[in-house]
Amino acid sequence: MSLGTEQEALSNAWQNWFRFSRNPTAVIGAIIVITGVMLAILAPYITPYPDHVGAVVDFRNRHQPPSADHWFGTDNVGRDIFTRVIFGLRISLLLAVVVLSIAIPVGVILGLLAGYFGGWVEVVIMRITDIALAIPPLVMALAVAAVLSPSLVNSMLAISLLWWTWHTRLIYSITRQLRTQEFVEAAETLGASKAHILFREILPNCVSAIAVKTSLDAGFVILIGAALSFLGLGIQPPTPDLGTMVAQGASFLPDYWWQSVLPGSAILILALGFNLLGDGLRDLFDVEDVR
Amino acid sequence: MEFLAFLTRRVLWSVLVLFGLSIVIFTIARIVPGDPARMALGPRASADQVAALQQTLGLDRPMWEQYGLFLTGLSQGDLGRSLLTAQSVNVDIARTFPATFELVLCTILLAFILGVPLGVAAARWKDRWPDNLVRALAIFSAVTPTFFLALLLQILAGYVLNILPTTGRLPASMSFNADVTGLLLIDSLIRGRLDVFGEAIRHLILPVIALGAATMGQIARITRASMIDVSRQDYIEAARAFGVPDRLRMFKYMLRPAFVPPLTITGLEFASLIGNAFVVELIFSWPGMASYGIRAITQKDLNAIMGVVMVSGAFFVLVNLLIDVLVGVVDPRVRIRGKRA
Amino acid sequence: MSALLSVERLSVSFTTYGRRTQVLHDVSLNVPEGAQIALVGESGSGKSVTMKTIMGILPIPPAKIEGGRILFEGRDLLTMPERDRLRLRGTAMSMVFQDPMSSLNPVFTIQDQLGTILKYADRRLGRDRDRRGRYARILEVLGQVRMRDPERVARSFPIMLSGGMRQRILIAMALLSEPRLLIADEPGTALDVTTQAQILKLLKDLVTENRLALLMITHNLGVVRETCGYTYVMNKGRIVEHGQTQSIFDAPREEYTRSLIAAVPRLTGRDA
Repeated sequence: MSLGTEQEALSNAWQNWFRFSRNPTAVIGAIIVITGVMLAILAPYITPYPDHVGAVVDFRNRHQPPSADHWFGTDNVGRDIFTRVIFGLRISLLLAVVVLSIAIPVGVILGLLAGYFGGWVEVVIMRITDIALAIPPLVMALAVAAVLSPSLVNSMLAISLLWWTWHTRLIYSITRQLRTQEFVEAAETLGASKAHILFREILPNCVSAIAVKTSLDAGFVILIGAALSFLGLGIQPPTPDLGTMVAQGASFLPDYWWQSVLPGSAILILALGFNLLGDGLRDLFDVEDVR
Repeated sequence: MEFLAFLTRRVLWSVLVLFGLSIVIFTIARIVPGDPARMALGPRASADQVAALQQTLGLDRPMWEQYGLFLTGLSQGDLGRSLLTAQSVNVDIARTFPATFELVLCTILLAFILGVPLGVAAARWKDRWPDNLVRALAIFSAVTPTFFLALLLQILAGYVLNILPTTGRLPASMSFNADVTGLLLIDSLIRGRLDVFGEAIRHLILPVIALGAATMGQIARITRASMIDVSRQDYIEAARAFGVPDRLRMFKYMLRPAFVPPLTITGLEFASLIGNAFVVELIFSWPGMASYGIRAITQKDLNAIMGVVMVSGAFFVLVNLLIDVLVGVVDPRVRIRGKRA
Repeated sequence: MSALLSVERLSVSFTTYGRRTQVLHDVSLNVPEGAQIALVGESGSGKSVTMKTIMGILPIPPAKIEGGRILFEGRDLLTMPERDRLRLRGTAMSMVFQDPMSSLNPVFTIQDQLGTILKYADRRLGRDRDRRGRYARILEVLGQVRMRDPERVARSFPIMLSGGMRQRILIAMALLSEPRLLIADEPGTALDVTTQAQILKLLKDLVTENRLALLMITHNLGVVRETCGYTYVMNKGRIVEHGQTQSIFDAPREEYTRSLIAAVPRLTGRDA
């Protein structure tokens, strides 16, 4: 990747956009993700029953099937499920944002250091990464949630504790390839500082891989978070959470199917959006298989 | 010889990973705000009771000594005693592990046996309908929450169609003691109980699908990418130019070198598979280690939690060690160079 | 001298992303029995496509043969039944692959790879030869390409052999079924200069010993001067000049040929 003039960069961006817009799965993914984010942000203004977020009880309207009044039906205490699903998106997205904004910087920096410096730095970092990889993230999150009391913050903490490993491995392998390339060696010969080489020469070449990985990851973090709250170890009621809603609705299956199927589908679609977007970005940047 | 050195290094490395794991687990267990003994006994226990439990557990000793005890126990395969029942965690895990092992093993095997051919087919008919189907399958299986899939399967196949059992390993009416390996599929054959064998399979179907769909999708995806990558290699073109038939080229010349990535991804996927086993066992009332672990977690039984996490990690390490051996068998480059390509 | 291989007005196009590009325009060339012919051009000039079309390993689609004939011993390869075509490929007409590092399957032994090729060549030709007979032939061919310890080489995986040895195995692979025409694609360009020279010398010796016709495809005119009597120069999918190698060197007619000749010293080293 050479740094061209501004015009070149502009036409490059335009070309990328053109190729991206011709990739139907990527566009669908982007639309899903953007819609999900907008709905989550605007939740209080667009949902029909914003007060159903709390511990509201309306027994006359309990177990109502989907209708014009209640698009997704109502739950066992008569709350509007559509409203609660839209608010549930907030928790899922928040979880993804927090976990990734902890895991990515940590993972990327460790990967850069291990890949560039080699020697004992590499040994120590990659060995710790291997150890962390051996712990199933969900099991770890369960253990942490159990030891500290179950809450959203603790779940985030637990998932972040392990999530950086994947980024470390990715950036490590890219950096190791780049380390011996001419532009890096040229910068070294010119006496550039280590920080300059790491962050100005190597990091820019990892950006596309990081973008792809981040998008795919967001989907998987959302899935893990949902699994945690399904097991009752995520955010605590009455705050609406998609995984919790599936778990509570499950006891009314199959008669009141909408109580679990619709929140479950919402998780699926959100994760699908991030996945398609990630796949699309992968085709666009032509990065090697990242996952 | 290099292969032996490679394996020795991997074994030593696995031991080191387990050692690191023990530190991580111990740290987590001891950063608990508050007192594990108090937590286990509940708020109503008297101060004397708590102090007594503290002493039996060694919680009154310095931290490094506690870790020493924990590690000494581990090295002898002793995971300590449950804080709640005072029963040995070893016994509990030994009792519940075979069920989990059977479930996970069947899942991995099935995911691999189905995933690899799907990936091969997708690569063979790239950009045609089999490819599109496999890619859609891979994406959807990856993004469907395991618990959601498990619930849907349970409702559809269990209640609506009523064709498959949805809970446990065997019907309640059936009494069978799996006392040889603990695996129903094997023990029932040893004892010549074909009825048990059949029921065990019927009970496995839904949990295995729920647990394995995502892994199978991943394996198919990686196999596809790997086959396509290999098909572009010069040696495949050379084989064609020398008149090696299509079928042989596909299954021998391509599949063998393309086999390593699916193997390694299976090893890595194994971590999330164990994690998902917790959800699947809960939903299908599977009497395994994960169910035991969930109970331990909700009851804050620290030693049991540590034991379950440790065994999960050891399981992962062992599976990956086995995969290293397989990779060496498949790829002579690993045998000869003594490291992964 | 009768022509063993004769390509007549061959035109080939590629269709990618719905756009058709013609890559060969009316290419004609002759390879007489027992002669050494060179096809020279830069990468992208169409020489590889010509070679792949002759060998019948062009991926169709995206490629399409627009017209022309390829006569081998008087029969048109493009119109003959697939069965007959397969019978010739890798047997009567054979090919030396370019890159010794990537043209051997990394996960099978040399013996296994040569054995498979020989087995199917035998089957196509209706030759009866058992496992032991094939092994004997493999050792014989490995000896022909001057391998000092054929048994050990046969048991080896590619990774255990040096680049020069692997290139010689690629030559052995081509010789397995006693071909009459050998097509060599830039042999040895991936190797260092000394090894490349040895490989070319070996190729030249083998061709003379076995009285084979050789079609050498290369971008390196230096190689051509050493090995081939007659040269075709190719540029942008067309044959732009042909003649005795010496006369082309002495009095190139085309500007393009002159530039290729001027580039000789630079190109004898590692692949650019």
